Amino acid sequence: MSERKLSPARSTAQVISRVSPRRPIYRSLFYKESICAWIFITPALLGFTVFYLVPCVRAVYVSLTDWNLLRPAKFVGTANYSRLWSDPNFWNSMRVTVFYVLYNIPIQTVIGLLLAALLHRLGRSVALRSVILAPYLIANVIAAILWFWMLDPLLGFCNALLHAFGFGTIAFFSDQRLALPTIAAVNIWRHMGFVALLFYTGIQGIPQNIYEAARIEGAGPWRSFWNITLPLLRPTLVFVLVTSVIGSFQVFDSIAVTTLGGPVNSTRTIVWYIYESSFVNFRMGYASAMSCVLFVSLAVVTAAQMRMLRSNRSDLG
Amino acid sequence: MNTMDISLRPPSNLGRWCGYLVLALFAAVSLGPIWIAVKTALSDSRTLFSSASSFLPQDPTLFNLQRVLGLVNPADPRLAQMSYGKIDFYRALVNSVIFTLLAVIPQIACSALAAYAFARLRFTGSRLVFSLFLSATMIPSVVLFIPNFILIKDLGWLNTFQGMAAPYALMTPFAVFFLRQMFLSTPRELEECALVDGASYLSIFFRIVLPLHRSALATLTIITSLSAWNEFFWPFLVGRSEPVRVMSVAINAFRQQQAGGTPDWSGLMACTVLGIVPIAILLVLFGRKVVESFQYSGPK
Repeated sequence: MSERKLSPARSTAQVISRVSPRRPIYRSLFYKESICAWIFITPALLGFTVFYLVPCVRAVYVSLTDWNLLRPAKFVGTANYSRLWSDPNFWNSMRVTVFYVLYNIPIQTVIGLLLAALLHRLGRSVALRSVILAPYLIANVIAAILWFWMLDPLLGFCNALLHAFGFGTIAFFSDQRLALPTIAAVNIWRHMGFVALLFYTGIQGIPQNIYEAARIEGAGPWRSFWNITLPLLRPTLVFVLVTSVIGSFQVFDSIAVTTLGGPVNSTRTIVWYIYESSFVNFRMGYASAMSCVLFVSLAVVTAAQMRMLRSNRSDLG
Repeated sequence: MNTMDISLRPPSNLGRWCGYLVLALFAAVSLGPIWIAVKTALSDSRTLFSSASSFLPQDPTLFNLQRVLGLVNPADPRLAQMSYGKIDFYRALVNSVIFTLLAVIPQIACSALAAYAFARLRFTGSRLVFSLFLSATMIPSVVLFIPNFILIKDLGWLNTFQGMAAPYALMTPFAVFFLRQMFLSTPRELEECALVDGASYLSIFFRIVLPLHRSALATLTIITSLSAWNEFFWPFLVGRSEPVRVMSVAINAFRQQQAGGTPDWSGLMACTVLGIVPIAILLVLFGRKVVESFQYSGPK
C-alpha cells in the first residue's frame, strides 16, 4: 500500500519537471511517470502480445479447425475434441505421461531431501554443490544421449559392468517395459542435484534454535526431520512438486533423441504425440486440441496440488 | 544433564562416515557419465568394444574432437576408414553462441525495463498487465509452439536466427518476474533522491537501478544463457537446416542419421563433450555464483 502514497520527493520532482521549460519534448516524456512506464513496458508488452497472448488465443481457435497448413483452415467446431475422446492413442499417451510423472516425482523428491539433509549436516562446500548441480546444467538432449551411450546394449559402460558381474545384457531403451522407467531415471539423474539445492536452501532458512529446543526435549535426528524440517520446508516442497510435475508432464527432448516414442508406443508421451500429430502428420487442429487439453489438465493438477499441500500444519512465524 | 550432552553432540563417527560415503556416491553418479563421455570422445572408435568397461581411454587421441570440429584434412586416411557421415559441429557451436546472444541480451534489456516499471512506476493497468505476464508462466510451451511456428512460417523466418530467437528476445515472463522481485527488494530512497535532483526515470534506470542490481542481473544472465544454450524443442521446430541449427539440434540430427547401424559413438560423444565445455568453464570460473543463482531461483 505504501506504493500508493504520494511521497514528497515525487511531487518535488514533478515541480522541477514543470519548471524546466528548455528540455526537448521527447526528453520531457521521461519525467512523466505513467508515460514513462508505458514506454518502458512497450517492448516486453509487444513480445508478450505477439508470442504469448495472441498464440494462446490462436491455439484455441486452431483446435476448432481442420488444418494441414497447405489448404486453408476449415472450421469444424468441437469435432477434434470428440475425436480425441475416442482416440486410444491419446489415452495411451496420457497414461504413459502419468506413469512417467509417477516414476519421477517421488524418487526425485526423496533423493533431493536426503541429499539436502546430508549437505546441510556434513558438506557445505561450493565445490560439492557445483558437482551435484552439474547434471542439471547440461542440456536434456546431452543428458539423454550420455545415458543412451552408457546403457547401449553392445558397447555401453553399464552393460559392460553388468557383464563383469555375471549378468546378461539389458536393452534399457529398447525393452518395452524398461524404456519409460529408464527415461525417467535419466531425468531423475539430471534433476536430483537441483532439487537437493532448493531443499538445502530451504533447510538453511529454518532457525537453528528450533532444532536445539527439540534436541533438549529428547528428539532424535529422524524425529526432528519429520516434525521440524519437513513441515517448515513446505513452501519449498510446494515449489519443487508443482514445478517438477509441470515439467515432467511436458517431457519431450529426451524422447526425441532416444526412443522416438517407441518401442510400441511405450514412451509416446502426450507432448511427443502432439509433436507427431502437428509437425510430422500436419494435423494442426487435432494437435492444438490435444495441447489445450494438456493445458487444462495441468491447470487442474496444479490447483489440486496447491490445495492438498496447503495442509493444516502451521508455518514458521 | 548427562543425556542432554549426549544428544547435543554432533552425529556419531560411523553415521558421519556413512553420510560422507553417500555424498561421495552422489558426486560420482553426477560426474561419472560425463567422465565416460570424455573417455569415449578421447578413444579411437575401434577400441570402444575392448575398453567398454574401463575408466580410461585406450590410446587417447584428440582425433574425434578435431574430426567433429572439421579440423582434419578431408584427405586424411583415417577418415577414409570410417563409414560415418560428415559432422560439422563447429558450425553448430557457433550457431548456439549466436542464438544464445540473440535470445538473452535483448530479453534481459527489455525485461529489465518492464520490471522496473512494474516495481517502481505507478500507471493504470500496471497490476492487470503484470498478472497477465505472470499467468503466462502457466502455459505449457507446446501450446504456444504450434501457433508460434505458424507465425514464424508466415513471416518467412523458418531456418533463420531471428525466427529462432524472436519468442525469447523481447521478454520471458520469468525474467520480468525475477527482476521485479529483485527491484522491489531494495529500498527506493536512492531513486527518490535522484528524482529530487531532477533525474529522469530513464537516467535513474540506467545510472542507479541497473548498477545497483548488477548481481541480480548476473544471476539472470547465467540462468537464461544456460537455458538458451540448452534449448532444444523450439530451435528443433524452426531451425533444422544445417546453416542455422544449434548444438542440441545438431546432436539430435547426428544421432538420427545413424539410427540404423552402430552409431558413431566416439563422434557423438566428442560433440557432447564440446556442448558441455562452456558449462564446465562457467562452473570452474564462477562456481559459487552459478550455484547460488540456481539455489535461490526457488520460492521467494
